[in-house]
Amino acid sequence: MNKKNELVRSIAVPVISVLAGLLLGAIIMLVFQYNPVEGYGAMIEGAFGRAYNVGEVVRLATPLILTGLGFSVAYTAGFFNIGLAGQALCGWIASIWLAMTFPDLPKALLVPLCIIAGTLAGALWAGIAGFFRAQFGTSEVIVTIMLNYTILYISNHIVRYVLTDNADATPKISPNASLRSDFLTQLSGGSRLNGGIFLALLMIVLVWVLMKRTTAGFELRSVGLNPLASEYAGMNAKKNIILAMVISGALAGMGGVVEGLGTFENLYVLSAAPEIGFDGLAVSLLGGGNPIGILLSSLLFGVLKIGGLKMPSVGVPKEIVEIVIASIIFFVGINYAIRYIMDKFAAKKMTGKGEA
Amino acid sequence: MKTSKKIGLGLLTLGLAVSLVACGGGKKADDTATGGDKGKGADYSAALVTDVGGVDDKSFNQSAWEGLQEWGKENDKKKGTGGYNYYQSNSDSEFTPNLNSAIDDGFNTVFGIGFKLQPAIEEIADANKDTQFVIIDDVIKGKDNVESVIFKDNEASYLAGIAAAKASKTKHVGFVGGQEGEVIGRFEAGFVDGVKSVDKDIKIDVKYAGSFGDAAKGKSIAAAMYKSGADVIFHASGDTGNGVFSEAIDVMKTKPENPVWVIGVDRDQHDEGEYDGGNVTLTSTLKGVGTVVKTIATDAQDGKYNGGKTEVFGLKDGGVDLTKGQLDEVNPDIQKAVDEAKDKIIAGDIKVPEKPSKK
Repeated sequence: MNKKNELVRSIAVPVISVLAGLLLGAIIMLVFQYNPVEGYGAMIEGAFGRAYNVGEVVRLATPLILTGLGFSVAYTAGFFNIGLAGQALCGWIASIWLAMTFPDLPKALLVPLCIIAGTLAGALWAGIAGFFRAQFGTSEVIVTIMLNYTILYISNHIVRYVLTDNADATPKISPNASLRSDFLTQLSGGSRLNGGIFLALLMIVLVWVLMKRTTAGFELRSVGLNPLASEYAGMNAKKNIILAMVISGALAGMGGVVEGLGTFENLYVLSAAPEIGFDGLAVSLLGGGNPIGILLSSLLFGVLKIGGLKMPSVGVPKEIVEIVIASIIFFVGINYAIRYIMDKFAAKKMTGKGEA
Repeated sequence: MKTSKKIGLGLLTLGLAVSLVACGGGKKADDTATGGDKGKGADYSAALVTDVGGVDDKSFNQSAWEGLQEWGKENDKKKGTGGYNYYQSNSDSEFTPNLNSAIDDGFNTVFGIGFKLQPAIEEIADANKDTQFVIIDDVIKGKDNVESVIFKDNEASYLAGIAAAKASKTKHVGFVGGQEGEVIGRFEAGFVDGVKSVDKDIKIDVKYAGSFGDAAKGKSIAAAMYKSGADVIFHASGDTGNGVFSEAIDVMKTKPENPVWVIGVDRDQHDEGEYDGGNVTLTSTLKGVGTVVKTIATDAQDGKYNGGKTEVFGLKDGGVDLTKGQLDEVNPDIQKAVDEAKDKIIAGDIKVPEKPSKK
């Protein structure tokens, strides 16, 4: 009974958050004298109007699934990996670099190699923070934030002076390294939808199996629930800290690979760390750290962001979309309040019916 | 207890209502979308896609949007689908979806404002032969449905360099760029050459913010430059430059005895330099993005679209220029020197470099 209640609640909280966020967005549109029906109508058309738009929604969701999964793994083990953006960028750089170095390798070899390189790069970058946390107890939040900046400037330097001669973007990678395929491109009306989505779906399954069905996953979860008790039970805390961060970074790195080999097919001078990092964090929180929840909330982000691009067509400024997304995250953030209200509501109902 | 229950119920019902409303709206929008209107002449419509910065960046994107608005008003067009509109990009990944939205909405001409949109336009131009594209600040060759527009920013920046050199009392000036690259390189090269043409010994600080949208960074770079003795800063950095203005105003408020100046970029930035007690904008380089957008839209509406061609605008045809600003108040000689150099550039006696010399 309790378990079932908990399940209902873990679904209800994000759903209510989303609805409340949309509601707040509608109120804001009304306050500024835009028509919310037209606004959200344009959003839905912008997300589902054509095969192209649906393709772009899934394209945008793909790296978010990966960074979202990455965040959830660290979060389950009790760490707040805010460096997903930097780790993703690390993966992006590694995959593009490899793709540019060996442009003539056959696709069947080059694509997996690039994915592996990007994954390892992301894992390594997160591993730094994990190592410091395990060895010296440094806050992983501070270290990963700093590492975001470090890799941002390293990346810009590499683009400018290593991969190119003072240009602000690398040339497009060879088709042999691209995650895009003619089939997916044509299916989705010429969108940038790419094979990364299969990688993301595979990772959803793998992460679920890892966390729920293996000893390593059990250890990560118990460290997250109670690090002291886990250590008392004979688990190696240091190993688990580093492992959690490395897996988290590897998944974020994969997200970066998808951006590099799928969405952009190059690397360019960035003015901020890739936004898939922070969006991945939000996606994971909204999805409650559950792989299926992450899949759904990634798609929701895709709908909001791609659909939102259409809202100016009916005169609603795009900033409104940003406000809607921000308010959804806000309502997720105060999910304790929503839980509290639901608890009160449930308790009342129980006593009202006179059952225990 | 009672209130919390009410709030909970209220949230739920309102949320449900909104989602229903949103679904209903979707249907309606789908119906109207099928009747796309592609037209010429009276039905002609044009839109622009901004680079990262938005239509209120007080510089590049804004002047393009102002030009398009002017065109729309003169031709009795309405803002929105079928008239004129803008699509704002908040990140590099949104260029392609924005261009596609514009194509989707049936706009005949779609402007890409800024060199950052070059790869995106190049990629989708072939698949959308019916749409006329215009790329500003970069060149796409060999496509009949892309017109390229280049500005000789180096020429206007040369004049800005002369103004800066003549106005500087400390013999020390600064340059703040947005992102390093071909376009801002033209600004830097012209400015440095202009300063050197007045006095070879003037010290020039060159710094890049790495972004066109980071006013905080612009402010801290400007603070460092003013502190180290520079008294005129030329910024070619879009929104980032608003931080330069704010720092100059702060300096003037605390130490009015050592006046500092900012040279604005792309449009007359006199208003950005305004504060109670004076104005820090010495002058601004002008870039006729708005005029060009307006001209091209007007021509294309009349069926005179120059697809596949590259057009270059410089001092000669008024594509770029330098405002009068407060040059005369600082020193009447400045305007004279600027005008002389302008004549020489137009006559071809001065060749302004396009690329900064390597240090």
